[in-house]
Amino acid sequence: MIALLLRDLRLATRAGGGFGLGVAFFLILSALVPFGVGPDRATLAPVAPGILWVGALLACLLSLDRLFALDHEDGSLDLLATAPLPLEGTVAIKALAHWITTGLPLVLAAPLFGVLLQLPGQAMPWLVVSLAVGTPALSMLGAFGAALTVGLRRGGLLLSLLVLPLYIPTLIFGAEITRRGAEGQATATPLLFLAGITLGVLALIPWAAAAALRVNLR
Amino acid sequence: MSLLSVHDLAVARGGLRTVEGVTFALEAGQALILRGPNGLGKTTLLRAVAGLQAPVAGRIEMREDTVAYAAHADGLKPALTASENLAFWAQVFGGGGIDRALAAMDLTALAHRPAAALSAGQKRRLGLARLMVTARPIWVLDEPTVSLDTASVGRFAQMLAGHMAQGGAALIATHIDLGLPQARVLDLTPYRARPGTRATRPSGFNEAFA
Repeated sequence: MIALLLRDLRLATRAGGGFGLGVAFFLILSALVPFGVGPDRATLAPVAPGILWVGALLACLLSLDRLFALDHEDGSLDLLATAPLPLEGTVAIKALAHWITTGLPLVLAAPLFGVLLQLPGQAMPWLVVSLAVGTPALSMLGAFGAALTVGLRRGGLLLSLLVLPLYIPTLIFGAEITRRGAEGQATATPLLFLAGITLGVLALIPWAAAAALRVNLR
Repeated sequence: MSLLSVHDLAVARGGLRTVEGVTFALEAGQALILRGPNGLGKTTLLRAVAGLQAPVAGRIEMREDTVAYAAHADGLKPALTASENLAFWAQVFGGGGIDRALAAMDLTALAHRPAAALSAGQKRRLGLARLMVTARPIWVLDEPTVSLDTASVGRFAQMLAGHMAQGGAALIATHIDLGLPQARVLDLTPYRARPGTRATRPSGFNEAFA
């Protein structure tokens, strides 16, 4: 399993791997919004938590369709399925690799993008915490969507349609934590909800995704 | 007990039965070559044996985790070098002997080339070298010699012979003569599924095992 994780990370950082694509997309989105709605603190600050979280969602989605599709095309997925690894473990590891290459850079770079969007300074730690707690669920739910659409031509669009609705709870609570953080209110309740959603997703989705993969491999 | 035994197996592709009533056994040190026209269900049968697809009827008996499967796609990552590709599969399958596998398919000189820079035949050879690092006794091979030249086919036959000498077995679907005198041939044509009937043992059953 470690070997699979290392391979996926190595592939992501080599040419054409798409490492940093999500962060670059996030950067462009955060840079475009002030052009669209104006650089005023009064207009930007209230929408900043929501925009940052929607941006994180979309950035996460960018590289999802490659998660299993590439392995399916070159036959690796068949071989992984016959390997001694449980398919559930394969799914979890690939989602982890996706999070490390997409989610983690977003978490680390988020304060910078918060500045672009005039997010108040006191909200920054909450933005980072909410993204750190919420993005693992995004990667895992995405892995489920990728497993469902693995054999399909042009499955990327269908994947977005399937996965984005599943992101709604994470988006609501993640943006709420950041908003409350910006206004100096208590953040414990949405944070607990967000953590609960993430833990539930991490516990259950590998089995669902592995079942979807088994059906698609036939 | 034989390494692999298949009883009265029927497989389906796209909801239609392709072959049925297939029965054979594979002992250590044996090779069985499956023949039959295109579309008969050789690939489907091999996928069922590899555990990638559930059979419609019949039983496949073998110990767990004994099959190494190689099909039309080689499972190589273009961004990784030849030896990195092999090292990954060796780690996943818990095998080893990467240098030996590279040497067996004459890839030592290409070990540090990215797989993207290999020709189709070289990729195929790398895909076959992967079998050696899996340390699994049963090789299930679907058209293993596609895009190989004569010399490479000979090298592959040697690799197969070495594998069988070490107590391995191979189940191969191929249309060409591999030059393996010890291999048995099973023609699947008599097992073609008849629509509507559940054929039991087709005529010609015994001849297939002669």
